[in-house]
Amino acid sequence: MSTLLDVKGLVAGYGGIPALHGVEFNLEEGGVTTLLGANGAGKTTTLRALCGMIRARGEATFAGKRLIGMQTEDIVRLGIAHVPEGRGTFTRMSVEENLQLGAMTRRNGSDIKQDIERVYDHFPRLRQRRAQQAGTLSGGEQQMLAIGRALMLRPRLMLLDEPSFGLAPLVVREMFHILAALNRDEKVSMLLVEQNASLALSLADTAYLLETGRIVTSGPAAQIREDEGVRRSYLGY
Amino acid sequence: MELLGQQILAGIATGAIYACMALAVVMIYQAIDHLNFAQGEMAMFSTFIAYQLMLWGLPYWVAFPITLIVSFIGGVLIDRVVFKPIHDAPILSHVVVFIALLAILNSTAGFIWDFTVKSFPSPFGSAPLFGSSLISAHQAGMIGVTLLLLVLLFVFFRYTRIGLSMRAAAANPASARLVGVRVGWMNALGWGMAAAIGAIAGILIAPVVFLEPNMMISILLYGFAGAVLGGLTSPAGAVLGGFLVGIVENLAGTFIPVIGGELKLPIALMLIVAVLVFKPSGLMGRTVVQRV
Ligand SMILES: Nc1ncnc2c1ncn2[C@@H]1O[C@H](COP(=O)(O)OP(=O)(O)OP(=O)(O)O)[C@@H](O)[C@H]1O
Ligand SMILES: [Mg+2]
Repeated sequence: MSTLLDVKGLVAGYGGIPALHGVEFNLEEGGVTTLLGANGAGKTTTLRALCGMIRARGEATFAGKRLIGMQTEDIVRLGIAHVPEGRGTFTRMSVEENLQLGAMTRRNGSDIKQDIERVYDHFPRLRQRRAQQAGTLSGGEQQMLAIGRALMLRPRLMLLDEPSFGLAPLVVREMFHILAALNRDEKVSMLLVEQNASLALSLADTAYLLETGRIVTSGPAAQIREDEGVRRSYLGY
Repeated sequence: MELLGQQILAGIATGAIYACMALAVVMIYQAIDHLNFAQGEMAMFSTFIAYQLMLWGLPYWVAFPITLIVSFIGGVLIDRVVFKPIHDAPILSHVVVFIALLAILNSTAGFIWDFTVKSFPSPFGSAPLFGSSLISAHQAGMIGVTLLLLVLLFVFFRYTRIGLSMRAAAANPASARLVGVRVGWMNALGWGMAAAIGAIAGILIAPVVFLEPNMMISILLYGFAGAVLGGLTSPAGAVLGGFLVGIVENLAGTFIPVIGGELKLPIALMLIVAVLVFKPSGLMGRTVVQRV
Protein backbone atom coordinates (compact mmCIF):
# COMPACT_ATOMS: atom_id res chain seq x y z
CA MET A 1 0.00 0.00 0.00
CA SER A 2 1.11 3.53 -0.71
CA THR A 3 0.54 6.74 1.18
CA LEU A 4 -2.39 8.72 -0.18
CA LEU A 5 -2.37 11.66 2.21
CA ASP A 6 0.68 12.84 4.08
CA VAL A 7 0.30 15.69 6.57
CA LYS A 8 3.30 17.36 8.21
CA GLY A 9 3.53 20.34 10.55
CA LEU A 10 -0.02 21.50 9.86
CA VAL A 11 -0.72 24.83 11.57
CA ALA A 12 -4.08 26.60 11.34
CA GLY A 13 -6.31 28.77 13.47
CA TYR A 14 -9.02 31.37 13.64
CA GLY A 15 -8.38 35.09 13.72
CA GLY A 16 -4.69 34.73 14.56
CA ILE A 17 -5.28 32.26 17.40
CA PRO A 18 -3.82 28.90 16.40
CA ALA A 19 -5.96 25.82 16.95
CA LEU A 20 -3.50 23.36 15.36
CA HIS A 21 0.17 23.36 16.36
CA GLY A 22 1.89 21.13 13.82
CA VAL A 23 -0.41 18.18 13.25
CA GLU A 24 1.25 15.15 11.59
CA PHE A 25 -0.37 12.00 10.27
CA ASN A 26 -0.74 9.96 7.13
CA LEU A 27 -3.30 7.84 5.43
CA GLU A 28 -2.79 4.73 3.29
CA GLU A 29 -4.49 4.39 -0.08
CA GLY A 30 -7.65 2.37 0.52
CA GLY A 31 -7.38 2.75 4.29
CA VAL A 32 -9.57 4.24 6.99
CA THR A 33 -7.80 6.53 9.43
CA THR A 34 -9.58 8.00 12.42
CA LEU A 35 -8.80 11.17 14.35
CA LEU A 36 -9.96 10.97 17.94
CA GLY A 37 -10.00 13.75 20.49
CA ALA A 38 -12.04 15.68 23.03
CA ASN A 39 -14.32 18.58 22.11
CA GLY A 40 -12.24 21.48 20.86
CA ALA A 41 -9.14 19.35 20.21
CA GLY A 42 -8.98 20.54 16.60
CA LYS A 43 -10.46 17.65 14.61
CA THR A 44 -12.86 19.78 12.57
CA THR A 45 -10.17 22.40 12.10
CA THR A 46 -7.84 19.75 10.66
CA LEU A 47 -10.43 18.73 8.06
CA ARG A 48 -11.19 22.36 7.21
CA ALA A 49 -7.49 23.11 6.74
CA LEU A 50 -7.06 20.10 4.46
CA CYS A 51 -9.74 21.21 2.05
CA GLY A 52 -8.87 24.88 2.00
CA MET A 53 -11.81 26.21 3.96
CA ILE A 54 -9.42 28.02 6.32
CA ARG A 55 -5.91 29.27 5.78
CA ALA A 56 -3.18 26.88 6.90
CA ARG A 57 0.58 26.44 6.91
CA GLY A 58 2.64 23.29 6.78
CA GLU A 59 2.47 20.44 4.32
CA ALA A 60 -0.34 18.24 3.15
CA THR A 61 0.38 16.07 0.14
CA PHE A 62 -2.45 14.20 -1.54
CA ALA A 63 -1.41 11.78 -4.30
CA GLY A 64 1.65 13.90 -4.97
CA LYS A 65 -0.22 17.24 -4.99
CA ARG A 66 0.29 19.89 -2.33
CA LEU A 67 -3.07 20.91 -0.90
CA ILE A 68 -2.00 23.89 1.21
CA GLY A 69 -2.73 27.09 -0.68
CA MET A 70 -5.08 25.43 -3.17
CA GLN A 71 -8.67 26.63 -3.56
CA THR A 72 -11.40 24.42 -2.13
CA GLU A 73 -12.98 24.14 -5.61
CA ASP A 74 -9.75 22.68 -7.00
CA ILE A 75 -9.15 20.35 -4.06
CA VAL A 76 -12.61 18.86 -4.68
CA ARG A 77 -11.55 18.17 -8.26
CA LEU A 78 -8.71 15.98 -6.99
CA GLY A 79 -11.39 13.65 -5.61
CA ILE A 80 -11.60 14.75 -2.00
CA ALA A 81 -15.18 14.86 -0.71
CA HIS A 82 -15.78 16.55 2.62
CA VAL A 83 -18.88 15.69 4.64
CA PRO A 84 -18.74 18.67 6.96
CA GLU A 85 -19.80 19.07 10.55
CA GLY A 86 -23.39 20.34 10.32
CA ARG A 87 -23.82 18.41 7.05
CA GLY A 88 -23.80 21.36 4.63
CA THR A 89 -27.25 20.61 3.22
CA PHE A 90 -28.67 22.94 0.57
CA THR A 91 -31.82 23.34 2.62
CA ARG A 92 -34.02 25.06 0.03
CA MET A 93 -33.30 22.56 -2.73
CA SER A 94 -34.77 19.16 -3.27
CA VAL A 95 -33.01 15.98 -2.22
CA GLU A 96 -32.28 15.15 -5.85
CA GLU A 97 -30.88 18.60 -6.58
CA ASN A 98 -28.55 18.17 -3.60
CA LEU A 99 -27.27 14.94 -5.13
CA GLN A 100 -26.85 16.56 -8.54
CA LEU A 101 -24.80 19.29 -6.92
CA GLY A 102 -22.51 16.61 -5.52
CA ALA A 103 -21.65 15.66 -9.11
CA MET A 104 -21.09 19.22 -10.24
CA THR A 105 -17.47 18.58 -11.21
CA ARG A 106 -18.42 15.63 -13.44
CA ARG A 107 -19.57 15.77 -17.03
CA ASN A 108 -21.17 12.49 -18.08
CA GLY A 109 -24.93 12.85 -17.58
CA SER A 110 -25.87 9.17 -17.80
CA ASP A 111 -23.14 8.19 -15.32
CA ILE A 112 -24.51 10.80 -12.94
CA LYS A 113 -28.05 9.44 -13.29
CA GLN A 114 -26.78 5.95 -12.49
CA ASP A 115 -24.91 7.18 -9.44
CA ILE A 116 -28.01 8.93 -8.13
CA GLU A 117 -29.83 5.60 -8.34
CA ARG A 118 -26.93 3.94 -6.55
CA VAL A 119 -27.17 6.44 -3.69
CA TYR A 120 -30.91 5.73 -3.51
CA ASP A 121 -30.09 2.02 -3.30
CA HIS A 122 -27.84 2.71 -0.33
CA PHE A 123 -30.41 4.99 1.29
CA PRO A 124 -33.93 4.00 0.18
CA ARG A 125 -35.42 6.62 2.46
CA LEU A 126 -33.88 9.30 0.27
CA ARG A 127 -35.57 7.84 -2.82
CA GLN A 128 -38.98 8.26 -1.21
CA ARG A 129 -38.14 11.87 -0.47
CA ARG A 130 -36.35 12.77 -3.69
CA ALA A 131 -38.57 15.78 -4.44
CA GLN A 132 -38.79 16.99 -0.85
CA GLN A 133 -37.06 20.20 0.27
CA ALA A 134 -33.84 18.96 1.90
CA GLY A 135 -34.15 21.31 4.89
CA THR A 136 -37.27 19.43 5.99
CA LEU A 137 -35.54 16.04 6.24
CA SER A 138 -34.89 14.57 9.66
CA GLY A 139 -31.38 14.90 11.05
CA GLY A 140 -30.55 11.32 10.17
CA GLU A 141 -31.89 11.67 6.66
CA GLN A 142 -29.82 14.81 6.19
CA GLN A 143 -26.73 12.92 7.29
CA MET A 144 -27.50 10.24 4.71
CA LEU A 145 -27.96 12.96 2.12
CA ALA A 146 -24.61 14.49 3.05
CA ILE A 147 -22.86 11.15 2.55
CA GLY A 148 -24.80 10.51 -0.64
CA ARG A 149 -23.81 13.92 -1.96
CA ALA A 150 -20.16 13.18 -1.21
CA LEU A 151 -20.41 9.84 -3.04
CA MET A 152 -21.69 11.64 -6.14
CA LEU A 153 -18.16 13.00 -6.59
CA ARG A 154 -16.85 9.41 -6.93
CA PRO A 155 -14.26 10.41 -4.36
CA ARG A 156 -10.85 8.89 -3.76
CA LEU A 157 -10.88 10.22 -0.23
CA MET A 158 -13.79 11.08 2.02
CA LEU A 159 -13.35 13.43 4.97
CA LEU A 160 -16.10 12.50 7.41
CA ASP A 161 -16.80 14.84 10.33
CA GLU A 162 -18.85 12.98 12.94
CA PRO A 163 -21.15 11.06 10.62
CA SER A 164 -22.90 9.51 13.65
CA PHE A 165 -23.83 12.88 15.14
CA GLY A 166 -27.46 13.03 16.22
CA LEU A 167 -28.41 9.63 14.84
CA ALA A 168 -30.31 6.87 16.59
CA PRO A 169 -28.05 3.88 17.50
CA LEU A 170 -29.69 1.65 14.89
CA VAL A 171 -29.19 4.25 12.16
CA VAL A 172 -25.57 4.69 13.24
CA ARG A 173 -24.96 0.96 12.81
CA GLU A 174 -26.57 1.05 9.38
CA MET A 175 -24.50 4.09 8.41
CA PHE A 176 -21.23 2.43 9.45
CA HIS A 177 -22.12 -0.74 7.56
CA ILE A 178 -22.51 1.39 4.45
CA LEU A 179 -19.22 3.20 5.08
CA ALA A 180 -17.42 -0.11 5.57
CA ALA A 181 -18.94 -1.45 2.34
CA LEU A 182 -17.87 1.65 0.41
CA ASN A 183 -14.35 1.29 1.70
CA ARG A 184 -14.20 -2.43 0.93
CA ASP A 185 -16.01 -2.56 -2.42
CA GLU A 186 -15.26 0.80 -3.96
CA LYS A 187 -11.85 1.37 -2.42
CA VAL A 188 -12.78 4.80 -1.08
CA SER A 189 -10.19 5.93 1.45
CA MET A 190 -11.56 7.67 4.53
CA LEU A 191 -10.43 10.12 7.16
CA LEU A 192 -12.95 9.72 9.94
CA VAL A 193 -13.55 12.09 12.84
CA GLU A 194 -15.80 10.66 15.52
CA GLN A 195 -16.93 11.27 19.09
CA ASN A 196 -17.95 7.65 19.28
CA ALA A 197 -14.43 6.23 19.62
CA SER A 198 -15.27 2.55 19.85
CA LEU A 199 -17.32 2.78 16.68
CA ALA A 200 -14.56 4.68 14.88
CA LEU A 201 -11.92 2.18 16.01
CA SER A 202 -14.03 -0.69 14.71
CA LEU A 203 -14.07 0.78 11.20
CA ALA A 204 -10.58 2.28 11.07
CA ASP A 205 -7.27 0.53 10.55
CA THR A 206 -5.18 3.39 11.92
CA ALA A 207 -5.92 5.89 14.68
CA TYR A 208 -4.46 9.17 15.85
CA LEU A 209 -5.27 10.91 19.10
CA LEU A 210 -5.46 14.70 18.96
CA GLU A 211 -5.11 16.88 22.07
CA THR A 212 -5.31 20.68 21.88
CA GLY A 213 -4.00 20.84 18.36
CA ARG A 214 -1.26 18.16 18.58
CA ILE A 215 -1.11 14.45 17.84
CA VAL A 216 -0.24 12.73 21.12
CA THR A 217 -0.72 9.04 20.32
CA SER A 218 -0.95 7.02 17.14
CA GLY A 219 -0.94 3.43 15.99
CA PRO A 220 -3.00 0.61 14.49
CA ALA A 221 -6.63 0.87 15.57
CA ALA A 222 -6.53 -2.47 17.40
CA GLN A 223 -3.57 -1.32 19.47
CA ILE A 224 -5.08 2.10 20.29
CA ARG A 225 -8.20 0.32 21.48
CA GLU A 226 -6.11 -1.46 24.12
CA ASP A 227 -4.30 1.73 25.17
CA GLU A 228 -4.96 2.39 28.85
CA GLY A 229 -5.32 6.19 28.52
CA VAL A 230 -7.54 6.02 25.46
CA ARG A 231 -9.73 3.46 27.11
CA ARG A 232 -10.25 5.56 30.19
CA SER A 233 -10.82 8.89 28.39
CA TYR A 234 -12.62 7.88 25.23
CA LEU A 235 -14.01 4.40 25.52
CA GLY A 236 -15.18 4.60 29.10
CA TYR A 237 -14.24 1.19 30.42
CA MET B 1 -67.53 48.66 -14.78
CA GLU B 2 -66.10 49.38 -18.18
CA LEU B 3 -63.94 52.06 -16.64
CA LEU B 4 -62.58 49.54 -14.13
CA GLY B 5 -61.63 47.12 -16.90
CA GLN B 6 -59.98 49.88 -18.88
CA GLN B 7 -58.00 51.06 -15.91
CA ILE B 8 -56.82 47.56 -15.13
CA LEU B 9 -55.66 47.18 -18.71
CA ALA B 10 -53.86 50.51 -18.52
CA GLY B 11 -52.35 49.38 -15.20
CA ILE B 12 -51.03 46.22 -16.79
CA ALA B 13 -49.49 48.29 -19.55
CA THR B 14 -47.62 50.50 -17.06
CA GLY B 15 -46.96 47.48 -14.89
CA ALA B 16 -44.99 45.87 -17.70
CA ILE B 17 -42.31 48.52 -17.14
CA TYR B 18 -42.12 47.73 -13.46
CA ALA B 19 -42.29 44.00 -14.01
CA CYS B 20 -39.32 44.15 -16.34
CA MET B 21 -37.30 46.12 -13.81
CA ALA B 22 -38.43 43.93 -10.92
CA LEU B 23 -37.16 40.90 -12.82
CA ALA B 24 -33.69 42.45 -13.08
CA VAL B 25 -33.80 43.33 -9.37
CA VAL B 26 -34.66 39.77 -8.36
CA MET B 27 -32.04 38.35 -10.67
CA ILE B 28 -29.24 40.14 -8.91
CA TYR B 29 -30.77 39.58 -5.49
CA GLN B 30 -30.60 35.84 -6.22
CA ALA B 31 -26.97 36.08 -7.19
CA ILE B 32 -25.60 38.36 -4.48
CA ASP B 33 -28.24 38.46 -1.75
CA HIS B 34 -28.45 42.28 -1.85
CA LEU B 35 -30.74 44.79 -3.49
CA ASN B 36 -28.68 46.62 -6.09
CA PHE B 37 -29.50 50.31 -5.83
CA ALA B 38 -27.47 51.00 -8.95
CA GLN B 39 -29.58 48.62 -11.04
CA GLY B 40 -31.66 51.44 -12.54
CA GLU B 41 -28.62 53.49 -13.52
CA MET B 42 -26.96 50.42 -15.02
CA ALA B 43 -30.06 49.90 -17.17
CA MET B 44 -30.08 53.58 -18.13
CA PHE B 45 -26.42 53.45 -19.11
CA SER B 46 -26.99 50.35 -21.23
CA THR B 47 -29.84 52.14 -22.99
CA PHE B 48 -27.52 55.02 -23.80
CA ILE B 49 -25.06 52.55 -25.28
CA ALA B 50 -27.81 51.27 -27.58
CA TYR B 51 -28.69 54.88 -28.40
CA GLN B 52 -25.08 55.66 -29.26
CA LEU B 53 -24.73 52.59 -31.46
CA MET B 54 -27.83 53.59 -33.40
CA LEU B 55 -26.52 57.14 -33.63
CA TRP B 56 -23.45 55.66 -35.31
CA GLY B 57 -25.79 54.17 -37.87
CA LEU B 58 -26.24 50.59 -36.70
CA PRO B 59 -29.73 49.19 -37.21
CA TYR B 60 -31.86 48.42 -34.13
CA TRP B 61 -31.48 44.66 -34.31
CA VAL B 62 -27.70 44.93 -34.49
CA ALA B 63 -27.43 47.50 -31.72
CA PHE B 64 -29.70 45.46 -29.46
CA PRO B 65 -27.56 42.29 -29.14
CA ILE B 66 -24.33 44.29 -29.00
CA THR B 67 -25.77 46.28 -26.11
CA LEU B 68 -26.72 43.09 -24.29
CA ILE B 69 -23.23 41.66 -24.70
CA VAL B 70 -21.53 44.90 -23.63
CA SER B 71 -23.86 45.13 -20.61
CA PHE B 72 -23.17 41.54 -19.66
CA ILE B 73 -19.43 42.15 -19.76
CA GLY B 74 -19.90 45.40 -17.86
CA GLY B 75 -21.84 43.56 -15.14
CA VAL B 76 -19.13 40.91 -14.84
CA LEU B 77 -16.47 43.62 -14.62
CA ILE B 78 -18.35 45.53 -11.92
CA ASP B 79 -18.43 42.35 -9.86
CA ARG B 80 -14.79 41.43 -10.44
CA VAL B 81 -13.35 44.92 -9.99
CA VAL B 82 -15.60 46.46 -7.37
CA PHE B 83 -17.56 43.86 -5.44
CA LYS B 84 -15.28 40.84 -5.28
CA PRO B 85 -12.64 42.70 -3.23
CA ILE B 86 -15.24 43.86 -0.67
CA HIS B 87 -17.05 40.54 -0.60
CA ASP B 88 -16.64 39.98 3.13
CA ALA B 89 -17.17 43.61 4.09
CA PRO B 90 -20.25 44.53 6.13
CA ILE B 91 -23.52 45.20 4.31
CA LEU B 92 -23.18 48.96 4.83
CA SER B 93 -20.02 49.02 2.70
CA HIS B 94 -21.98 47.39 -0.09
CA VAL B 95 -24.75 49.97 0.19
CA VAL B 96 -22.21 52.79 0.01
CA VAL B 97 -20.62 51.27 -3.10
CA PHE B 98 -24.04 50.79 -4.72
CA ILE B 99 -24.81 54.46 -4.17
CA ALA B 100 -21.41 55.54 -5.45
CA LEU B 101 -21.94 53.42 -8.55
CA LEU B 102 -25.36 55.00 -9.02
CA ALA B 103 -23.92 58.52 -8.83
CA ILE B 104 -20.97 57.70 -11.09
CA LEU B 105 -23.13 56.16 -13.81
CA ASN B 106 -25.66 58.95 -13.59
CA SER B 107 -23.18 61.81 -13.92
CA THR B 108 -21.05 60.01 -16.51
CA ALA B 109 -24.14 59.55 -18.69
CA GLY B 110 -25.01 63.20 -18.18
CA PHE B 111 -21.45 64.19 -19.09
CA ILE B 112 -21.33 62.13 -22.29
CA TRP B 113 -24.90 62.49 -23.55
CA ASP B 114 -26.10 65.55 -21.54
CA PHE B 115 -29.39 65.80 -19.71
CA THR B 116 -31.72 66.72 -22.56
CA VAL B 117 -34.61 64.33 -23.13
CA LYS B 118 -34.18 62.07 -26.16
CA SER B 119 -36.70 59.91 -27.93
CA PHE B 120 -35.93 56.23 -28.34
CA PRO B 121 -37.35 53.93 -31.02
CA SER B 122 -39.59 50.97 -30.32
CA PRO B 123 -39.27 47.73 -32.27
CA PHE B 124 -43.02 47.20 -31.96
CA GLY B 125 -44.13 50.66 -33.10
CA SER B 126 -46.22 53.02 -31.05
CA ALA B 127 -49.57 52.56 -32.76
CA PRO B 128 -52.50 51.75 -30.49
CA LEU B 129 -53.20 48.05 -30.31
CA PHE B 130 -56.51 47.03 -31.95
CA GLY B 131 -57.47 50.69 -32.09
CA SER B 132 -57.69 50.86 -28.32
CA SER B 133 -56.08 53.90 -26.78
CA LEU B 134 -55.36 52.06 -23.54
CA ILE B 135 -52.57 49.80 -24.63
CA SER B 136 -50.13 50.43 -27.43
CA ALA B 137 -48.36 47.91 -29.60
CA HIS B 138 -45.16 48.76 -27.77
CA GLN B 139 -46.68 48.05 -24.36
CA ALA B 140 -48.09 44.76 -25.59
CA GLY B 141 -44.68 43.84 -26.96
CA MET B 142 -43.11 44.73 -23.65
CA ILE B 143 -45.49 42.46 -21.76
CA GLY B 144 -44.63 39.68 -24.19
CA VAL B 145 -40.87 40.15 -23.81
CA THR B 146 -41.12 40.23 -20.01
CA LEU B 147 -43.07 36.98 -19.94
CA LEU B 148 -40.67 35.37 -22.39
CA LEU B 149 -37.69 36.39 -20.26
CA LEU B 150 -39.42 34.95 -17.24
CA VAL B 151 -39.89 31.59 -18.93
CA LEU B 152 -36.27 31.54 -20.10
CA LEU B 153 -35.00 32.32 -16.60
CA PHE B 154 -37.23 29.69 -15.09
CA VAL B 155 -35.91 27.04 -17.45
CA PHE B 156 -32.34 28.20 -16.89
CA PHE B 157 -32.49 28.03 -13.11
CA ARG B 158 -34.60 24.91 -12.89
CA TYR B 159 -33.16 22.66 -15.58
CA THR B 160 -29.55 23.58 -16.29
CA ARG B 161 -26.51 22.58 -14.29
CA ILE B 162 -25.09 26.05 -14.35
CA GLY B 163 -28.41 27.45 -13.11
CA LEU B 164 -28.33 24.92 -10.27
CA SER B 165 -24.73 25.93 -9.46
CA MET B 166 -25.74 29.58 -9.36
CA ARG B 167 -28.56 28.86 -6.95
CA ALA B 168 -26.24 26.78 -4.77
CA ALA B 169 -23.56 29.48 -4.74
CA ALA B 170 -26.10 32.09 -3.62
CA ALA B 171 -27.83 29.94 -1.02
CA ASN B 172 -24.83 28.39 0.66
CA PRO B 173 -21.41 29.47 -0.64
CA ALA B 174 -19.37 27.30 1.75
CA SER B 175 -21.19 24.10 0.83
CA ALA B 176 -21.18 25.08 -2.83
CA ARG B 177 -17.36 25.27 -2.75
CA LEU B 178 -17.25 21.85 -1.13
CA VAL B 179 -18.98 20.33 -4.15
CA GLY B 180 -16.65 22.21 -6.49
CA VAL B 181 -18.85 25.12 -7.59
CA ARG B 182 -16.69 28.14 -8.49
CA VAL B 183 -18.65 30.54 -6.33
CA GLY B 184 -16.83 33.71 -7.36
CA TRP B 185 -17.57 33.14 -11.04
CA MET B 186 -21.20 32.33 -10.30
CA ASN B 187 -21.55 35.74 -8.62
CA ALA B 188 -19.96 37.38 -11.64
CA LEU B 189 -22.29 35.51 -13.97
CA GLY B 190 -25.25 36.68 -11.88
CA TRP B 191 -24.09 40.28 -12.22
CA GLY B 192 -23.63 39.87 -15.96
CA MET B 193 -27.10 38.38 -16.42
CA ALA B 194 -28.71 41.04 -14.25
CA ALA B 195 -26.97 43.77 -16.24
CA ALA B 196 -28.15 42.24 -19.52
CA ILE B 197 -31.73 41.91 -18.26
CA GLY B 198 -31.52 45.49 -17.00
CA ALA B 199 -30.42 46.52 -20.49
CA ILE B 200 -33.50 44.87 -22.00
CA ALA B 201 -35.65 46.63 -19.41
CA GLY B 202 -34.05 50.00 -20.17
CA ILE B 203 -34.36 49.61 -23.94
CA LEU B 204 -38.05 48.70 -23.60
CA ILE B 205 -38.78 51.44 -21.08
CA ALA B 206 -37.01 54.26 -22.93
CA PRO B 207 -39.62 54.60 -25.73
CA VAL B 208 -42.27 55.19 -23.05
CA VAL B 209 -40.56 57.53 -20.61
CA PHE B 210 -37.94 58.97 -23.02
CA LEU B 211 -34.21 58.65 -22.61
CA GLU B 212 -32.33 60.81 -20.13
CA PRO B 213 -29.93 60.08 -17.26
CA ASN B 214 -32.64 60.31 -14.59
CA MET B 215 -35.20 58.18 -16.40
CA MET B 216 -34.86 55.18 -14.09
CA ILE B 217 -34.86 56.75 -10.66
CA SER B 218 -38.55 56.48 -9.87
CA ILE B 219 -38.97 53.39 -12.04
CA LEU B 220 -36.42 51.55 -9.94
CA LEU B 221 -38.48 52.33 -6.84
CA TYR B 222 -41.55 50.87 -8.52
CA GLY B 223 -39.43 47.91 -9.57
CA PHE B 224 -38.32 47.38 -5.97
CA ALA B 225 -41.95 47.65 -4.89
CA GLY B 226 -42.92 44.99 -7.41
CA ALA B 227 -40.05 42.73 -6.44
CA VAL B 228 -40.77 43.02 -2.72
CA LEU B 229 -44.50 42.59 -3.26
CA GLY B 230 -44.04 39.44 -5.31
CA GLY B 231 -41.18 38.07 -3.25
CA LEU B 232 -37.48 38.71 -3.75
CA THR B 233 -36.77 35.03 -4.12
CA SER B 234 -39.24 34.47 -6.93
CA PRO B 235 -38.79 35.77 -10.50
CA ALA B 236 -42.43 34.94 -11.28
CA GLY B 237 -43.50 36.74 -8.12
CA ALA B 238 -41.49 39.80 -9.13
CA VAL B 239 -43.20 39.98 -12.51
CA LEU B 240 -46.62 39.52 -10.94
CA GLY B 241 -45.70 42.14 -8.32
CA GLY B 242 -44.65 44.58 -11.04
CA PHE B 243 -47.99 44.23 -12.81
CA LEU B 244 -49.88 44.57 -9.52
CA VAL B 245 -48.04 47.77 -8.65
CA GLY B 246 -49.01 49.19 -12.05
CA ILE B 247 -52.65 48.20 -11.56
CA VAL B 248 -52.89 49.51 -7.99
CA GLU B 249 -51.27 52.76 -9.04
CA ASN B 250 -53.76 53.26 -11.87
CA LEU B 251 -56.83 52.29 -9.88
CA ALA B 252 -55.89 54.45 -6.93
CA GLY B 253 -55.23 57.41 -9.22
CA THR B 254 -58.65 57.00 -10.89
CA PHE B 255 -60.97 55.94 -8.10
CA ILE B 256 -59.62 57.70 -5.02
CA PRO B 257 -60.08 61.36 -5.86
CA VAL B 258 -57.53 62.81 -3.44
CA ILE B 259 -54.79 60.76 -5.03
CA GLY B 260 -53.68 62.59 -8.09
CA GLY B 261 -50.57 61.94 -10.08
CA GLU B 262 -48.40 63.32 -7.27
CA LEU B 263 -49.31 60.65 -4.75
CA LYS B 264 -48.63 57.66 -7.00
CA LEU B 265 -45.06 57.16 -5.85
CA PRO B 266 -45.91 57.22 -2.13
CA ILE B 267 -48.44 54.48 -2.89
CA ALA B 268 -45.68 52.29 -4.28
CA LEU B 269 -43.57 52.96 -1.22
CA MET B 270 -46.46 52.26 1.13
CA LEU B 271 -46.90 48.96 -0.65
CA ILE B 272 -43.29 48.06 0.06
CA VAL B 273 -43.65 48.87 3.74
CA ALA B 274 -46.99 47.07 4.08
CA VAL B 275 -45.69 43.91 2.44
CA LEU B 276 -42.54 43.90 4.53
CA VAL B 277 -44.64 44.23 7.68
CA PHE B 278 -47.35 41.69 6.92
CA LYS B 279 -45.76 39.17 4.59
CA PRO B 280 -41.99 39.62 4.53
CA SER B 281 -41.43 36.85 2.00
CA GLY B 282 -43.83 38.48 -0.50
CA LEU B 283 -46.80 37.01 -2.31
CA MET B 284 -44.88 34.24 -4.05
CA GLY B 285 -41.59 34.24 -2.19
CA ARG B 286 -40.61 30.93 -0.75
CA THR B 287 -40.81 30.82 2.99
CA VAL B 288 -37.85 28.78 3.99
CA VAL B 289 -38.94 25.70 5.84
CA GLN B 290 -36.01 24.90 8.01
CA ARG B 291 -35.28 22.75 10.96
CA VAL B 292 -33.30 24.38 13.69
N1 LIG C 1 -15.11 29.42 13.58
C1 LIG C 1 -14.28 29.47 14.65
N2 LIG C 1 -13.86 30.65 15.12
C2 LIG C 1 -13.02 30.73 16.18
N3 LIG C 1 -12.56 29.67 16.82
C3 LIG C 1 -12.95 28.45 16.42
C4 LIG C 1 -13.82 28.29 15.31
N4 LIG C 1 -14.04 26.97 15.12
C5 LIG C 1 -13.32 26.34 16.06
N5 LIG C 1 -12.66 27.23 16.85
C6 LIG C 1 -11.76 26.88 17.97
O1 LIG C 1 -10.75 26.04 17.50
C7 LIG C 1 -10.51 24.99 18.42
C8 LIG C 1 -10.66 23.64 17.72
O2 LIG C 1 -12.01 23.50 17.30
P1 LIG C 1 -12.55 22.31 16.43
O3 LIG C 1 -13.88 22.70 15.92
O4 LIG C 1 -11.52 21.93 15.45
O5 LIG C 1 -12.71 21.17 17.52
P2 LIG C 1 -13.22 19.68 17.35
O6 LIG C 1 -12.10 18.79 17.72
O7 LIG C 1 -13.84 19.48 16.03
O8 LIG C 1 -14.34 19.62 18.49
P3 LIG C 1 -15.77 18.90 18.50
O9 LIG C 1 -15.54 17.51 18.88
O10 LIG C 1 -16.49 19.64 19.59
O11 LIG C 1 -16.39 19.08 17.17
C9 LIG C 1 -11.47 25.19 19.57
O12 LIG C 1 -10.76 25.80 20.61
C10 LIG C 1 -12.51 26.12 19.03
O13 LIG C 1 -12.98 26.96 20.03
MG1 LIG D 1 -15.76 19.14 15.37
